[in-house]
Amino acid sequence: MHYRSALARVHGLGSAKSGTSHWWMQRVTAVALIPLSFIIIHFINTCFETNFQQISEWFASPLNSASMIAWIIAVFYHSALGLQVVIEDYVAHEGSKIILIWSCNLFFSFLALLASVAVFRIILIG
Amino acid sequence: MAEFTLPKNSVLTEGKTFKASAGATHVRRFEVYRWDPDTDENPRIDSYELDMDSCGPMVLDAILKIKNEIDSTLTFRRSCREGVCGSCAMTINGKNTLACTKAIDSYPDTIKIFPLPHMQVIKDLVPDMTHFYAQYASIKPWIETQTPAPADSERLQSKEDREKLDGLYDCVLCACCSTSCPSYWWNSERYLGPAVLLQAYRWLVDSRDENTGARLDDLEDPFKLYRCHTIMNCTDTCPKGLNPAKAIAETKKLLLQRQQG
Repeated sequence: MHYRSALARVHGLGSAKSGTSHWWMQRVTAVALIPLSFIIIHFINTCFETNFQQISEWFASPLNSASMIAWIIAVFYHSALGLQVVIEDYVAHEGSKIILIWSCNLFFSFLALLASVAVFRIILIG
Repeated sequence: MAEFTLPKNSVLTEGKTFKASAGATHVRRFEVYRWDPDTDENPRIDSYELDMDSCGPMVLDAILKIKNEIDSTLTFRRSCREGVCGSCAMTINGKNTLACTKAIDSYPDTIKIFPLPHMQVIKDLVPDMTHFYAQYASIKPWIETQTPAPADSERLQSKEDREKLDGLYDCVLCACCSTSCPSYWWNSERYLGPAVLLQAYRWLVDSRDENTGARLDDLEDPFKLYRCHTIMNCTDTCPKGLNPAKAIAETKKLLLQRQQG
């Protein structure tokens, strides 16, 4: 039995004064991924019919390598933002929610770092 | 975690069937959710066969006929019988609507009537609206000003500004939209839901209100507002033809304008 009023429960801890940036960045990254994904699809397609030397040359172009890095940032940032929404929707337990969200954030940050290092390795070392 | 299955004591059972009188020629069947808190029984579906020749045209008329002539234990809310009060909101053939404005003839075959989804049921078709009304109260649905009202007249508003309230002030708070929203099902403790957010927007765009910034502050929250994922069930189901999803989108735009504009 609880004795808090319905209004007190609705007010809870009040507004977090955040959410707009998260919502907006989800949309910005989604739009950015449209052109970037075409470049990446083209790149993956190229990978199937060429050798490592030619891939290195493809990365030597600043436009190509910058597009790849931009795609990596956008796709993992978008994934982390999206998965956070899914977790917030379906995981009610506060502790589990925070742990899961930050596990996701760290996981996707690491993937983004890993992919970026791989790209720089190809660019710098070949 | 979100619950995807009914608890054992909420699983539906088959109830009683009330046949139409022998001479009835124009019979329609109504299956109605019944649950009595005074017994330990699970909720059941009772079936009523009604003679349409002695029944009004609306679903509410059929429910009233059941209550008056067949089974007086059936419990439901109703008042205005013309879509103004919002009392008779219920789920009819899977869609939340007002029983008083829905014609029986607009449904084929059997008509299935349930209380609004994902609400605590008080009895039969009566859901507990306490939390919903508290959420409504939380957005301060009244004008807030610092400037005193003119001494000898009302606060004026241009025709253009008044028009901004059309499609917002018309909401009767029946809760059809909020209870059709999956986000509200999962997170109604914190998500305000489309009905309350539409009302919040109604005060955000009222040119006479002087507290827009504080109202936006209160709404800017991942749960209160941003649980809306533009599912659009709210707009699809609104028996008054309103567009809560648009009001929510406009609220998000105001927040973005404040932050980035």
